[in-house]
Parts: sequence; structure tokens; C-alpha cells
Amino acid sequence: MLRFIGRRAALSLVTLVILILVIFLLTRVFPSEPARQLAGPFAPQERVDELNETLGLNDPLPVQFGNLLADVLTLSFGESFSQPGVEVLDLVRPALWNSAKLVMFALVLTVPLSILGGVVAARRKDTLVDRAIVNFGLASASIPEFVSAVIFQYVIGVRLGWLPATTLIPDDASIFTELRYLLLPALSIVLVYFGYIARITRAGTITALESDYTRTAYMKGLNTSSVVRRHVLKNSLQPTVAVTGTQIGYLFGGLVGLELVFNYPGLGNLILRAATAPDFPLLQAAVITVAIIFMLSTLAADLLIAWMNPRARLNVGAG
Amino acid sequence: MTAIDDPGSEATGEERAAETPIPDEVAELDAAVATAAAERKQIRAERRRLLLRTPGFVLGVVIAGFWVICAIVPGLLAPYGANEAVRVDGSVIARQGPSADAWFGTDTIGNDVFSRVIFGARSVLITAPTAAALATIAGTMLGLVMGYYRGWADEILGRIIEALLSIPVILLGIMTLVVFGNSRIVIILTVATLFTPVVTRTVRSAVQAEAQLDYVTSAKLRGESGPFIMLREILPNVTGVIVVEFTVRVGYAIFTIATLAFLGLAADDFTTPDWGNDISNTYNLIQSNNQWWPSIFPALAIASLVIAVNLIADSLDKVRSS
Amino acid sequence: MTDTVAPADTAALEVDDLHLSYVVRGIPRAVLRGVSFSIAPGEAYGLVGESGCGKSTTAYAAVRYLPGNASIDGGRILVDGEDVIEMPYRRLQEIRSSHASMVYQDPVQAMNPALKIGRQIAECYRILGHAKAEAGDLALESLRRVHIADASSVMDRYPHQLSGGMLQRVVIAMALVGDPRLLILDEPTTGLDATVEAEVLDLVRELRTTTNAAILLIAHNLGVIRTMCDRVGVMYAGKVVEEGDAQRVFDSPEHPYTVGLLNAIPRQGLRKTDRPLFTIPGTLPQIGAELPTCVYVDRCPIADDLCRTEVPPVVSLGEQQWARCHHVEQTEQIDVPTSGIDARELDDEPVVELTGLSKTFRQRGTDIPALVGVDLGIAEGETVGLVGESGSGKSTLAKTLLGIHEPDEGGEITLDGREVRANATDRVTDSIRAMQMVFQNPDSALNRMWSVRRILRRSVTKLTDLRGEAADRRVEEIAVAMRLSPRHLDMRPRQLSGGLKQRVAIARAFAGDPRLVVCDEPTSALDVSVQAAILNLLANLQAEDRTSYLFISHDIGVVRYLADRIAVMYVGRLVELAPTDELFSGPVHPYTEALMSAVPSVDGSVRDRIPLTGEIPSPADPPPGCVFHTRCHRFIPGTCDVIEPPTIQITPRHSMACHLPVEELGRAPS
Repeated sequence: MLRFIGRRAALSLVTLVILILVIFLLTRVFPSEPARQLAGPFAPQERVDELNETLGLNDPLPVQFGNLLADVLTLSFGESFSQPGVEVLDLVRPALWNSAKLVMFALVLTVPLSILGGVVAARRKDTLVDRAIVNFGLASASIPEFVSAVIFQYVIGVRLGWLPATTLIPDDASIFTELRYLLLPALSIVLVYFGYIARITRAGTITALESDYTRTAYMKGLNTSSVVRRHVLKNSLQPTVAVTGTQIGYLFGGLVGLELVFNYPGLGNLILRAATAPDFPLLQAAVITVAIIFMLSTLAADLLIAWMNPRARLNVGAG
Repeated sequence: MTAIDDPGSEATGEERAAETPIPDEVAELDAAVATAAAERKQIRAERRRLLLRTPGFVLGVVIAGFWVICAIVPGLLAPYGANEAVRVDGSVIARQGPSADAWFGTDTIGNDVFSRVIFGARSVLITAPTAAALATIAGTMLGLVMGYYRGWADEILGRIIEALLSIPVILLGIMTLVVFGNSRIVIILTVATLFTPVVTRTVRSAVQAEAQLDYVTSAKLRGESGPFIMLREILPNVTGVIVVEFTVRVGYAIFTIATLAFLGLAADDFTTPDWGNDISNTYNLIQSNNQWWPSIFPALAIASLVIAVNLIADSLDKVRSS
Repeated sequence: MTDTVAPADTAALEVDDLHLSYVVRGIPRAVLRGVSFSIAPGEAYGLVGESGCGKSTTAYAAVRYLPGNASIDGGRILVDGEDVIEMPYRRLQEIRSSHASMVYQDPVQAMNPALKIGRQIAECYRILGHAKAEAGDLALESLRRVHIADASSVMDRYPHQLSGGMLQRVVIAMALVGDPRLLILDEPTTGLDATVEAEVLDLVRELRTTTNAAILLIAHNLGVIRTMCDRVGVMYAGKVVEEGDAQRVFDSPEHPYTVGLLNAIPRQGLRKTDRPLFTIPGTLPQIGAELPTCVYVDRCPIADDLCRTEVPPVVSLGEQQWARCHHVEQTEQIDVPTSGIDARELDDEPVVELTGLSKTFRQRGTDIPALVGVDLGIAEGETVGLVGESGSGKSTLAKTLLGIHEPDEGGEITLDGREVRANATDRVTDSIRAMQMVFQNPDSALNRMWSVRRILRRSVTKLTDLRGEAADRRVEEIAVAMRLSPRHLDMRPRQLSGGLKQRVAIARAFAGDPRLVVCDEPTSALDVSVQAAILNLLANLQAEDRTSYLFISHDIGVVRYLADRIAVMYVGRLVELAPTDELFSGPVHPYTEALMSAVPSVDGSVRDRIPLTGEIPSPADPPPGCVFHTRCHRFIPGTCDVIEPPTIQITPRHSMACHLPVEELGRAPS
């Protein structure tokens, strides 16, 4: 198991380095002039040259990339372009925390619900219940989250007034109040991910239900609920865990539209601001943060799977 | 009849009837089988029937078909032009809720929201399928080469693909549009590029599975070239997977392009009707002015189109694997 | 647990006129058409028949484990006198946990991959009401009962850490937990090596004496049935057509189907020069086909009008045997072909010769020598049979020879005396055309999107110089030669049966004029009667074209029938090479001796089995000295485990790698 963790973690690191390279290339190599943008269109060329020098943008690319890796290791991303004097890290940290709150809340709602939906659909395969769950999931997962956000905001937030339509949470809010504010955006997430996770769970459960070891379990004289509890779930939930692991990464950075609708100060909103400013140090730092979260969540998922299924420990790095 | 409680069993394997062909009896066997061409046609017809019997497929085709008609001949359904103010008794009615004059209401400058939604179909139905098609072509070629030849190039490309897949598409999209500008061509190319890794991964794993089969070994043993094996032997066996993947990507492309537009990253001249842009320009009015109609209707349009495309993809996938 | 004790003379299993069908697209299709048999307490009963005959369905029906589309249309199934079909589900669970248990075909799939062995066995005891700690102790005890070495450590292992043979022992241990009155074994040794199969069968035999459970054994291997069962039922198209004492049925079959089946198997040392194998004309009826009278009538060589109009009676043939046939007295007259192919002297000059061929795979940084210094020459028109347990390197040898795997430096492959390139893609056209292959699984070997015509035509154009109409003609010629009808040419592979598909694959290999065809288990996926036709075809093709074969098979009977010489492999090494006759008459390598002794015989000859203890060593970590010494029953300490054995010549054409003096070598059972 230790060897598995080591190998798997090393693999994550490799992926992360490649990713940082991609981000680096996108922000440095392609036609754009960070220094010019930072100095402003009317600044004298000397000022731009000076900035290029201080930012290390005149160094050879491999050196620049090395510097970036070193920055990531030491978590020193420098100062923001758009808010001079402010450490990038101080902008990323609160956004990360906000994203974490929203994502965790949404997952707590989504995961149990979708697993239940998926298992029920699998056990009632090809019945009306199954079809209802599957088709609802397909439809809800098709709606872009900013679309459902806009609709929820209007219907539940504005028209019905059941829940706050924004996420401007008062400073002294209790956890309960805070969750109330987060409920609408979280519901949009539930809508998108319920279908996705339920589908995967259903497929995994059907495979497990049709497997030979399930037959063995029945032949031992177990009843269906014991068979599902003791034999099916541990195998059938592995794809669910894997998918949830990858989705956590997406949720931290991919909810740009949703965060914009609710004006929520998460990572997505931060990245959008950094990109449009443009604020390259901030953009880099925020996107790399998302990448690190993704690595950690998929790593955690794979470890969980390895714990659930000892066979999975054998084929690390298979793709 | 009896109640049978356990699902699944090995016994279905019994349905596989084996034949024992023997020279003298071949004629008999032939008599029992319809001609091969007819049978193949029958299989295809069977698949078509299966698809048409799937309610999801029919629904998807009807909805998507509706939007395609809107994209081709918007004037057929739209009572007004895309930038034509609705006038009642000669005066422009702006910021009006849904009414008999303007079914979906009017926006801040008096445009008919219903007509804009109809006209708006064209924009997304040009960009999204084009982007998805480009990604599918690129992904298929990469996937074929990587899945068939394997080796270190596959290893390295595979790692890069895994890395790219670990960042939400929308983030990479934002970064690329900021760097390269936001014309329609750039959006198409960006989305195509961003989807290529996913398609590659799907095609690659399908090709890998095929490449393990003995017919590929057999082709090598008679001296076939790599391109022949990839394009003539393997490709026909993975087209089903590719068609489904393409359809799924069309759905996601609509999703992604609309989101980018919503974020204000797509070129927007305010006159070209586009669902994402229109939502982006009007959703603030929901809270500030309680005007929901200019944004909710295009939002529903996006949702209906993506759902339709996904229903089609799902049905295709089911029929393919059955 | 409520348990009514059945009287001692109640049958352990009684199946009475069972009719069962599967509903496919709303139409019920008959699978079982009135199956009746009964198994006395402690008796071992075998069900044989080809795929699709309904034997597995019968077995699963006995414990009411059927797919959702199955419908029981009539009849009764009594386990210990209780009606399984009518009983409430709760009682059925009790029956499954303590009256009737099952051993499955694929033990690897039958065990839950996510749970430790100990827990899976203990669960059975928990179901019977034992406390947790007690269940654990009992589980350990049950593992000892099935002779699992190091049982306490096995308890803590996961299924993927055990070999197939060990897992089958575990499954048997689980099956015995409730002290069942009936043990159902569904193809328990299919897919296992002969040596492992023999051990599993020994275990079942031993447990029979200690538990007194009745046994229902489902197997397609008649040898397994013969050595294990007291009585046997022969099934065809959902009906038992003949039943009786196992020895009597196999020695003097009375139903035409049983006769055909037994004559289709290469046995009693039958060789291709003796006679062709008997083939059963026609095809198995489709599931759900209308068979109003005799189910076998369409394929029976002695069927007449009576058979087509009246249901055949059950004809009793003494107390121990009966058959469902109008004409049992005529079955002896069924013609069995007599003249085999002509025996010919083989050249000394080999067509293909391998010298010092090795192949090392690299896996995660460790070297795995899958093939070590193989020398082998194959003469024109000769068949070299290649046998050995799975993992011995048989397929690696074939694929390296064909250039699919690149051999290690130093080895050499020559074709007609000229060296050929290692990689198939680098080979010149002539060497490519000279060596072709027939694969085990035709579903995998034929491109399912191509028509048969396209498959064959492509091979013709690649493997010959024929083009245009000449190529078309050649396609039709080879189709005829393989006994494919022109109509098959326009079909896709999935429209063909397994036997027809294999004919297409053979046709493809023979599209050019191959000098050597490698056959990798070409009949192991086929039913016995289909296998017979394919083997006849291969023998005839060789007699006509003087093509050489490298024929890989796990079935010793098949190899013996077809091969002129037999090569025995163990852990990547060729341990013995001998003319077929000499291998079965002269002294043999101790491994060959053990391997041959493990094969269950259809002929009822009693043989002393030489047990092969322990697992096959991993090629990555082969034992020092002779690789076989860890399992050898003639092991010489101090020699075999230190020095690699020399190659000794027993006769000019019979060689082996062994330290033993010739006079101490054993013989293979014939």
C-alpha cells in the first residue's frame, strides 16, 4: 500500500509539473506583453523594459519556468498586477476558502443523493423508476450551471423569496445563515452533478449486480439487501469515488458562471477577474491552485479506491 | 410460471446456439438463412427501428430539429427581426413583460425577445458543431496513432492529456480567449483544442482495446502497413464510439460556448443575436429591475438544445452497445 | 433454523419433467423440454452435452437461480424432497445455505475481489448462525479441509493474490460449509490446467467419501465425467436422451447422439493416420426451435419416417441404462469412417528452424524471460504439437516465431535455410507469405466489420500475386476448400457460427501457400463435434499441401491425434521433444510423465496420477538448476537444484533436458 501511495503521488507530481508548464506557456510565450499591460498603454518604453527586467521576463524561457516552479514550491507568487502592493497569495487564500465552503456543502448534498439515486435505478433496472432517475439526471446535467443559477435566482430567490438571491453574507452570520445563503448556488451544483454521479453509480452497480461474485453471494443464501450491502457496494462505488474525485477539482475552478451570477467571491470569480484585468501573477497562482486541488482530490479518490479494492493497487499509472 | 427473485445469471449463455457445419449439409444451412446482404440491411433497419422506438431519441431529434430550422430560416417563425423594435400603435415598447404583442417580452431597447431567441439559434449551431467536429477529427487521428503504436510518444502525450484534463475546460477557455482575442474563429478553435484531449482519450482507449484483438495481429502477419491497419481495420470498429463522442461533444460545446459568452468573453456587438451574449447582457436586470424575461428565455433555449443533443447521444450510445 | 430431516432414501435432487423457456422479445423460447433425472444421496451424477443443450440451466434451476426472463413452464424440482419452485424465498435461502451449494466454472470471478478470503468463507458460517469469532475459526478449519497450504495466511489474502486452482479450493470450501446434501459443480475445472484440474477432481473425490454429499457435475469434458460420476445423463436440445451407469454409457452408448459424441473425440490413442474423426451432420437446433418428435432427428444418421412422426419411447437397456430412441438396436451400425490420411516419411531438412530462441519481456523494470534458448526444427508437412501448462511460454514461442514479438539477441529463425528478420513488419514478402496463424478465438481473429469475402480477398492479394478476377476466383476456391458455401462469403463474422468462423480463419491462413501455419488452440473454444470437423479439415489440408503445423493445445488427445512430434514446454524451456509414438511408449521426462498422468481419460483406463505439488515457478524468478526440480517426483538432491540439466538423446529424434539416467525415467500412461 505504501508503495502504491508513493507511485501514485509521484504520478500526480509529474502531471502537475506538465500542467504548470502549460499554464506558463499560455501566459508567457503566446503573443501578449505582461509588462506593457502592467505599465499601461501610455507608459514610456523604458518603464516597460524595466518591468520586464524586474519580473524576470527577459530571462530564457527554461529559466523562467524554473523560477515559476520554485515560486510554486515556496508559495511566493509575488504581487498582483491589478492591485499593486497586494500579495497574490492574500487574494487567492480567501477565494480558495470560499470555494471550499461552497463545494463541500454542494458535495454533502449531491453525493449521498446521487448514490442513492444510482443504486435505486440499478436495482430497478428498466422500470419506470429507473427511467425517471436516468432521464432526470440526463436533463439536469445538460443544463449549464449558470443557466440553472439564473433561473433559481429568479424563481426561488426573487419571485418566491424563499432563499437569499445573492451570496452577500453578513459578516456576523451564523453557520446556519451562511448555509442558507449558499443553498441556492449549491442547488445549481446539485442539479448538474446529480445526473452525472447517479449515472456512474447506476452503471457500476449494474455491473456488480450481474457479476459472478454476486451470484456466489446469493448462493450462500443471502437476501438481496445483504448482498447489495456486503458485496455489491464496495465494488460498485469505485467508479463513483473516482468521478467524484475528478469533479471536486472542476468544482473549485469551473464554477465561474455560477459564481458570477451569485456574485460569489470564489476561485472562479477570481480567475475571471484576473484574466480580464489582466493580472498574470494572480491568474497563474489561481489556476495552479485549482490544479493542485485537482491533484489532491484525485489522489485521495485513488487511495480510497485502493483501500476499497486491493486489486486497484496493482495498476497504478495505467492511464 | 413462477416468481423469480434473483437478477442475472450465467444461463443466458445458453442462448448462444452453436452450429456444426458439414459439407453435405451446407445447402440446408443456407436455406435457413436469408441472404447475407438482406440480413445486414435488416440489422441496420432493426437499429433504426430501435432508435425510433426510443422516446428520448425522438424527443431529442424534434427539439434539435426545431432549433436547426430556426437557425436556417429564422424568418419563418420569428415575428420580428433580430434587431427590430416592437411597436404598438407606432411607439416602441421596451422592457415589457410577455404579452400578446411580444410573447417573450421585449428587452431594454424594445427588441422582441422571442424573435431574438429564434435568431440566436444560428450562432451557437454554427460554432458548437464546428468546434466539436474539429475536436473529433483531431482526437480521432491522435487517438488512432497513440492507441495503435503505443510507445513513449503515447506515454508522453498521454501524460499531457491527463494534465490538460485536470483543469476545468472553462478556465483554459478563459485564458486562451484573453490571450488570443475573442473572434468567432478563435472561439471555435479554442473549444476544438480544449475538447481534443477528451476525444483523444476516448478514441485511444477504444483503439487500444481493438489493437489487442487477433485480427490486428493477423493483419500484421500478412504484412499490412500501420496506416492500413489503423484506418481500414480498426477505424470501422470504433466509429460507433466516435459518433457518440462527437454528439456528446456538440452538447458540451454549446454548454461551453454559451458559458464563455455569458462571462462576456465572446465577441459581442449587441446586434448579433446570441443566447449566451443576451443572457450576459440582461441577467443583471433580474435583480435590479425584476425583468426576468430577456435572460430566462435564452437560458431555457440553451438548456433545451443541450438536453436534446444529450438525449440523442444517449440513445445512440445505447443502441450502439446493444 | 427450521429444518425438517428428509428420510434417508429421499433423492438429493429430483428433476421431474422440467420445462423451461427464456422469453426473448416477448416470445418464449424453449430451453428445457422435459428434463427428468434424480440423484440418490451420496451419488455422483454427471450431465454432459454440447453448449446450448441446457445443462447449465438445469443446474441453476435446481437452486432457482435464473435470469429474469426465464419462465418455468412445467415440472418439478425437488431438493431433499422439497419443491424448490414452490417454496417461499426464505426457505430457498435456507436450502441454498445448507442443503444445496454450488461450485462455479470461473473461481476468479466467483470470489468478491474486494473482500479477504477469510471473511468470505466466514460469512457462510455467519449465515448459519455462528458467532463472529467462531465463524473465523471454522473458516480456517474449512480451508484446511480442502488442503490449502498455509491456510491461516490465505485467510488474510485477497482473491487476486491466489491462483485459479487455489481459488477453486476456496470455492469448494465455501460450498461445503452448510454440510450440503447436494453439491452442484458447474464446469468446475474448465479453464484450469490439466494438472490443476486433476488436483481439484482428487479433492472432490476425497470429499465425497467424507461428506456423503450427492454430486451433480456439469461438464463438457467427457473424461472428467467418466472419472468422477456413478451415473451420467446425456443432454441434447433440452432433453436427456440417454442415461445410465457412467461406464456403460461411455463403453457401449446406445443413443445415436452419444455414439456420435464419443466418436468425435480423439481418444484411445487415435491418430490422424488411423481414421478421420466422426462428425455429426447438421447443426444444433436453435433455442426455441420446434422439435415435436425426437429432438435429434434432423442430425441422426439412422432416422426414418417413424422418428419424424412419433415421439421416441424410453427404451430400457438393462437396469443401468436407457435411451430415448426408436432404433437403439441399430446404433451399432452407424458408420464410422475408417481410412485415415496416408502416413508419409518426413524430411530431415526442416522448413523452419529455431536456434537458441529467447524472449525476455520487461515489466516495471524486471526482466521476465518468457522463452529461454528454444531449439526446434519443423519439417515439411509435419505437425509439431506444443503442450505445457498455461504460462509455460507456448504462445510466446509461436508469436516470437511469427515476428509478433521481437526475440532477444542471439536467437535465430530460418526459413528454408535462410535467416528471416525478427520483426514481422521487417520481413520480406516471401517469409511473410510463408508463415501464417490460426487463432484460438475466431471472434477476436476476424474483423467484425468486414465481410468474409473481404477478409479472404485481402489475404489473397497480400499473400499471393493474384489480382482482379484471378483473386476473386481464388477466394471462391479456398472457400470451397474450407467447405464454406458461396453465400457465406457475403456475411459478416457475427452471422456465422463458431465453427464456420474458424473455417474462415483457416481459409485466411491458407489464402497463399503457407509453408508453416501456427495453430494456437484452434478448437478449444468449440464444441466436440465442431472440433472434430476442424481437426479433419486441418489434417486433410496438410495431406494435400504438405504444410507444416505448429499446433498448440492443452488437450493431449487432440495433440496426439494430429501431431507427428510433440514438444513439451515448462517455464519457457523446451524440456522434451519426441515423436508422438515414442512419447507414449518410450521413457519420458518426469514433467511429461506427470502432465500426461493428469489427463482424465474417457476410456476408463485407471492411471496412477503423479501429483505436481506446488505452483508453477514464476518465469521472472526461475529455480536454479533444473527449473522443474521444485515439483519433480524424481528429483536428485544436490544435482537437479544446482546444475542445469543437459539435453540427452533417447533416440535420434527424441531428446529431453534431464539429469536422470534413461533407465530411471518413467513412462507416460497411454
